[in-house]
Parts: sequence; C-alpha cells; structure tokens
Amino acid sequence: MTSYYEASARERVAGLLDAGSFIEILPPQERVMSPHLLQLDTPAAFDDGIVVGEGRLGGRPILVAAQEGGFMGGAVGEVHGAKLTGLLERALDTRPAGVILLVESGGVRLHEANAGLIAVSEIMRAVLALRGAGVPVILLDGGQFGCFGGMGIVARLCDAVIMSEEGRLGLSGPEVIETTCGVEEFDSRDRALVWRTVGGKHRYLLGEAAEIVADDMAAFRAAAIAALEHARPDLSLAALEAEHAGLGARITRFGACRDALDIWRDLGFEAPDRLPLLEADAFRALAAGRRA
Amino acid sequence: MERLTFTYAGGRPATRNAKATLAGVVGSGNLEVLVEPVAQDGAVTIEVTTAAVGFGRIWQAVMDDFFARHGLGDLRISINDVGATPAVVSLRLDQAIETYLGGGQ
Amino acid sequence: MLQQTAPATAPSCAPSSAPAARDWNTQARNREARLARAAPLARGKVVKSADAAALLEAILETGDRVCLEGNNQKQADFLAKVLAGLDPARVNGLHMVQSVLALPEHLDVFESGVASRLDFSFSGPQGARLARLVSGGQIAIGAIHTYLELFSRYFVDLTPRVSLVCAQAADRNGNLYTGPNTEDTPVIVEATAFKRGIVIAQVNELVDTLPRVDIPADWVDFVMASPKPHYIEPLFTRDPAQISDIQVLMAMMAIKGIYAPYEVNRLNHGIGFDTAAIELILPTYAESLGLKGKICRHWALNPHPALIPAIEAGFVQSVHSFGSELGMEAYIRARPDVFFTGPDGSMRSNRAMCQAAGHYACDLFIGSTLQIDLAGNSSTATLGRIAGFGGAPNMGADARGRRHASPTWLKAGREARAGRNLVPRGQKLVVQMVETYREHMQPAFVETLDAFALAESAGMDLPPVMIYGEDVTHILTEEGIANLLLCRTDEEREQAIRGVAGYTPVGLGRDKRAVENLRDRGIILRPEDLGIDKRSATRDLLAARSIKDLVRASGGLYDPPKRFRNW
Repeated sequence: MTSYYEASARERVAGLLDAGSFIEILPPQERVMSPHLLQLDTPAAFDDGIVVGEGRLGGRPILVAAQEGGFMGGAVGEVHGAKLTGLLERALDTRPAGVILLVESGGVRLHEANAGLIAVSEIMRAVLALRGAGVPVILLDGGQFGCFGGMGIVARLCDAVIMSEEGRLGLSGPEVIETTCGVEEFDSRDRALVWRTVGGKHRYLLGEAAEIVADDMAAFRAAAIAALEHARPDLSLAALEAEHAGLGARITRFGACRDALDIWRDLGFEAPDRLPLLEADAFRALAAGRRA
Repeated sequence: MERLTFTYAGGRPATRNAKATLAGVVGSGNLEVLVEPVAQDGAVTIEVTTAAVGFGRIWQAVMDDFFARHGLGDLRISINDVGATPAVVSLRLDQAIETYLGGGQ
Repeated sequence: MLQQTAPATAPSCAPSSAPAARDWNTQARNREARLARAAPLARGKVVKSADAAALLEAILETGDRVCLEGNNQKQADFLAKVLAGLDPARVNGLHMVQSVLALPEHLDVFESGVASRLDFSFSGPQGARLARLVSGGQIAIGAIHTYLELFSRYFVDLTPRVSLVCAQAADRNGNLYTGPNTEDTPVIVEATAFKRGIVIAQVNELVDTLPRVDIPADWVDFVMASPKPHYIEPLFTRDPAQISDIQVLMAMMAIKGIYAPYEVNRLNHGIGFDTAAIELILPTYAESLGLKGKICRHWALNPHPALIPAIEAGFVQSVHSFGSELGMEAYIRARPDVFFTGPDGSMRSNRAMCQAAGHYACDLFIGSTLQIDLAGNSSTATLGRIAGFGGAPNMGADARGRRHASPTWLKAGREARAGRNLVPRGQKLVVQMVETYREHMQPAFVETLDAFALAESAGMDLPPVMIYGEDVTHILTEEGIANLLLCRTDEEREQAIRGVAGYTPVGLGRDKRAVENLRDRGIILRPEDLGIDKRSATRDLLAARSIKDLVRASGGLYDPPKRFRNW
C-alpha cells in the first residue's frame, strides 16, 4: 500500500495516472513562479505549488492538477490559480474524458490574497463552464492539509469528491473557527472532533463525498477511474432544484444536532462512536443504505 | 533570503538522460532541487535561494562534498531552501541526481 | 543529619534535676498535634474537597518540607491549586521536595510566598519561569537531582514532613489504588509515612471496593475526592508520521552497528523520534537481519505506543515501566506476559524501581540530547531555562556498582580496556543519538556546552551536564557512529566526535586524515561501512507510519488521546 496522504503532489500524479502517461504543462524548469513571494522575502517554488498537465487514466485521456500541501499549505496564489484556471479552460478546448483535481489546500494565499481570491472565483467559473459543456470534474481529497477555503467551495462544484478518512473538507478550517468563535464553539486541538466534523467519513455519510477509500494510492486510482466512468455532469435547473431540496431537508432533519455523533445516531448507527475506528471497506459496508 | 552561487569545473558530463528533474518540496526544513542538463564544458553551476541567512560556509562544504561524491558535469542545479539541515540537503541532492541519471519519473 | 522539623512545637519540659531524659518522640507528638487540629475536618480519613484549604492550613506548619506529587506524567493538580491559594500570612517558607515541576501552580507557591526552598529533578515546561524566579531571589534551589538521587534523599536528609499525593481511587479506610500511573507515589508515601509525616491524597473517586491496593491505608492520613480527575500528560507518544527518512537511517545504524554486534537485550530508550524509529523498524529491518530473539528482549521503558509492532512481532519479552501512557491501558491489560500488571489486570508502574532497573539491569541506554561537546559531555540545558535532568543521568551512566556479567557488558568492557593493564570489568553502553543539526540550524555539536554559562549565571555549584563524556560509549549521527570505547587518547576522542559531527563548525574543524585513520580502525563507522544502503533508508521501513497504524497493530486495543488522532 502506498500512502496518498504522505505522497507529494508529483508522487500523487505519478501514482494515480497510467504509468508514463503524464506530460506536464509549465514544468518547474519553466520557472513560472510567484512574482509576489520573493518581494516579500518569502521562499518561492519553481512550480508555485501546483503540478498541471495531461495524461491518461484507465486508458482515457484526462487533464490533471495536483496541489502541493508542503508548499504554503497548498494555498492559492496568482500563478498557482492561473495554472489551474488555464488547465480547466484548456479542457474546454480539448474535451478530455474528465479533469482530475488532486486538491490539498488551506485556501487563498495570504501573501497575495487579492489575486488568490480572484483566482478562486475564476476556478469556480471554469469548473462550472466545463461541467456545463459535459466534461466531468472529479476532485480527490486525502492530503495532510485537507481542502478548505476557496478550494472547499470548488470541491462542492465538482461532479464527485473522493475522500479518504484522513481527508478533510470544509470552508473555514478548524483553527479559523476556534479563533473566530472561541474554543467553546470548536476546539481545533481536539482532533477526534475535527475529523468527525470535517473528515472523510462524515462527508461521505452526509453525501458531500461520493466515495470513501482507504489511504492508498491504488484505491484512489480505482475510485477516480470509476467516477470518470459514471459521471454525467448535470447543471439543469431540475438538478439544481433537487440539490437545494436535499440541502433543505438536511437542515430540517439535522439542524438541532450539536455534534456529528448525533447525526450518525440519527442515521441509524447503533454505536456511532465506533465509526471512526472502522477501516474504509468495513465502514462503507456498514454505511450502505444509511447515508443522508 | 540569501542567494548563493557555486561553480565546479572538470565534471564528467552526465547527459544520458537530458531531462530536467525535481526533488523535494519548498516547505519548512525542506528544499526543492531542480537538476537540468546544460552543455558548459563539464561545469556544474549551483544556485541556492535560502531562507536561512548566514550559512554560506556550510553550503560550500555540502556542495564540495556533493561534487566530490558524484563528479558530474554539464549540470545546472537550482535550489529553493527553507532552512533544511545539511543532512536533508545532501539527501535531496542525491535523490535528484539519482532520478536524473536513472530516468525516473 | 537530623531533620529540622518544627522545633517550635517540640516541648522542652524535661526536669532539670534528672539525668537528661531526652524526648525521643518529638516527631510523633508533633504529628499527633497536627492530626488533632485537622480532626474536625475529617470523617474518618475522608475530607471534603471544599475543606481542602482548611485541611492544609491545619496540617502545615511554617518551614515544613513538603512533597507535592508532581511526577513526569500524573499530577496532584487539585492539591497544587489549593496549596498555591493558601494565605502566605498563615503558611509560608515551605521547602518543596518534588520530582517534577510541571504545572504553573508548582511555581505559583513560590511567587505567593507560601514556599521558598526547592529541591527537584525536572522542570520541563516550567524551566524558563523557574530561571526567572531563581534570578529574582524568590526560589532558593537546594540542588537539581536525578530521580533516583531525589528519592534517595527522601530517606536521608530530605524526608517530607507532609506529602500531597494523588491516586485513581481510595476506599473509605484510606487504601489507595493508583491505577497504571503509580509512578512516584510509593516512594513518596513510604518516606513520609514511616518518619511520622502526614500523607494527604487526592483521588478521582471514593469507592467501596478497590480493584487492588497500591498504598495501604495505614500509610495514608487523609483522602479527598477531587472535583476533577487528576491530570496525566501523554508524554511518551510519538506520532510515527513525523519520523523522517534520516531518522530511519540512524535507526538502521543503531540496530546494525550497535544492537547486533553487542547483542543488546536489556535496554532503555529515551523519549524521542530517533528512538521511536528504532522501535518501529524492529519488526521490519531487524527482522530482515535475522535478529528476532537475539536483541531487544527486555526493556525498562514506559509503554511506548511505538513499541506495539515489535511486541506483536515477538521481539519483546518483558517491559517494566516508570509510569504508564494514556491510551495504552487496554493493550497492556491484554498483554500481561509482557507488562507488569496487578491481579486486577492494570499496570503497576513504579518510577523508583524502574530507574534502579534501568541503572543496574540494563546493558544499554540510548537517547537524544541538545548539545554534545568535544569531550562527549551532553546537556539539554539552554540559557534562560533551568530544565533539570529527570532520569536520563541514571539511565545514561555506567553502573559502577554492577557486578553481574552479560555478553553486551563484557564486550563493551573488553573494548574499553583492551591493551591496558586493568582488572577485567564490563561497561554499560551509553549511546547519544543526534542529528548533527536540529531544526532551525541549531548545531548539536558545540565547543562549549551552554550548561557552563547557565551554571555561571544561575550561581549553580555544577554545570548541569546530563550525561558525562566519560560515560558515553557511542555517538550516533546521520554521518556515522563514533565508538568512544576504542579511543585511547583525548585527541582521538575529540577527532572521533568531530568525525561524526557533520557540517557543524565542530565537524568542519576535523583533521580529515585523523578521521580517516579512525575509520580504518573501526572507531568511526559510516553507513556504507556497515553495509547500509542509504537509499533503502525510507519511511517505508516503519512498521507503523501513523498513529492509526499503531491502533491497527494493536488489534484495536490502543486508544490514542484525541490530540494524536486524524480520524
């Protein structure tokens, strides 16, 4: 088993795609770097923390982007964002079988926040344009920094989110919530609380993650191939209204819950506190028919 | 931030696989090493951008040993460093060279 | 030396005519007087927590020597809070004798004036504040000890008059159940109770029947249920996710370069990621070298979660522990052949016993440090912090009183004595394992330890050297192993140390030819000299790469504290 969680962005791309099929766009030797970081006396990366390019997945042509969490927590800066937007727009022209986003990001890079915020809105628009054109966008979330902020919004615009238990998905990160609302509201150092609130299992039970897999490169690859196979982008009014109705029903059903454990109990799990201990396969089997 | 440059002459040209390779990540205590083929009469040029200021003498010693270890030439090596220890620097350099020579990913 | 216990209350009414009818019972009668003052607050031995302050005011006398149980892990935190809140006009000048200063209250008592003198072993997180209070004259430090030294002095000249201890539970008679974290309690209570002192225990719960009795009731004077369970620090949990490839390389060198050739079977590991890496590659790397059953069978060690894979793989036969570790309770209970457990199934730890075991019965200590000098002295002291020692000096010192032999001990002794006309003797292996640079480019090798400047600035009698160079047998870094046993002169020793000091200024200052000569003689061993391919040194060798892997390895028995989870 090769850990997806521990792998770098480049290792993830290499491990996920068909062997030898990846061709990078704007590789490190092009040195398309952040114009802002060096001015702020901050170390910059040759690829600005994102690897983009094209390759094959299960024999089908795809475009792929992978954020490097080790560089500034995968935060989106101007160049970083432009590389991702450009990749998505390229897909509009080349019409691959899908775009795979290997996301690991705390959100917008504070050093270049305005550019980063604009970039996130461009990414959102590009994702929707692509799906509107019938090209599916699949997002994988199983890195150390999770998927938060702007990239958390992007995740919810995609056709499918594939998570491992270790992955996290949310808007404000746990530390931000604690800083803003107080430790009584959310104790970011209580990692069990953090994971049962924003972690892969909870997102899968709520339906925000389409699939949950073990922290294993091969498992992510298999799930991505399957998602590519089954994705049918649908941005019709009927589909959006159904989505909204589902969200409304969810707040009605779970609005009074104080903790994920309450939701899990409501979903019919007899021993909700045991769920975090289950391996992905056993968890998926137990969750069958119980997801919100 | 500090920029350092090192040059070594007389290396054995290593252009069997003339494909640029990258090792490592620009994260705390870590660095990225970019190795590119450049025809320059067996010379190696190494450019370091580092967040840890004032360690030029140590970089020099690490690079001297690196060149003595591999003896390779015709290379441009570029480094972005965030305070990696010499042990980590040596490890990443060796990994980058190994991938470069072995035609890794 | 006699105790100077409460001289004011000792009656001096002997008739002048009789031949000096000396009173031999001053301590016992002083004790009775204190108990009489406290009697209205107690029902039997049980006191309400709301009366804790009143109890301490009734019991304590100015200048008392007090042991407030502050251990490496568990803390009598409620009694600490109460003591720190006493009125210094009524109780002051206390002399605190406790092993660890872990909580803010441990120093609050000095700031408020309730206490003024201190003898201790380790101050960890309070080290910087302690240094400030010492320089401000609010604390007079008697000495900084090792655990065994301080416990020993409890029975010689630092016997507590009053001890404030903590336990998991008490029954109504005052029997105490300490649970897995017994730690210092037996030694504190023994020293206090049998010298007519007074023992007060805070417990998490009062129950009718205890799972087992760790401290018998007639050694205990008062028990009270604390409002909250006492604090325990999970001090020995290291997340395998944070172990680096370089630490894996060093762990491989430790196993192939030291554990295998010396056949190390009885050992203690310090806390840290370096030694956790060794524990985690036993079932992989050491197994591949055919070393199972040949090394690492008996341990004096806290129940490190990182040891679980090695235990499951059959490397480990026994583990005796200083204290327990949060989350390991069910695992320990399920592995009674390995751990020391009571008839109730839970662990019985004992810091004093385990320290003695580590000193006398172990053949190897391996641990990390912050600084090593050219003579091999090592220290964790830094300027502006008085950190103390804990147990490392007891583990990391040759036991000169040892008389039993083992292959490890004999081999080390032979190496140290080869070519010298000395009486045959063995020697303990004491290994310092450090990366040449710590994070933020702090060199681990220095010309002069910060400990010397600290001793000067704090007016200490001795520089706080943790392990003396004369006890160190090997220094292991990512660059290699220096075997100091084989060095015959101070110059050789210095070059051997420089020869593994990497790119630190000390390492760069080496005499390259001398170092190559030492390498030819096997005094310095590089990874390649040991047949270790550096490229194979990756995290893939770790039998567990995350806390969750440790849970898996334990068959779901290990229940890690919340802060270590990512699920």
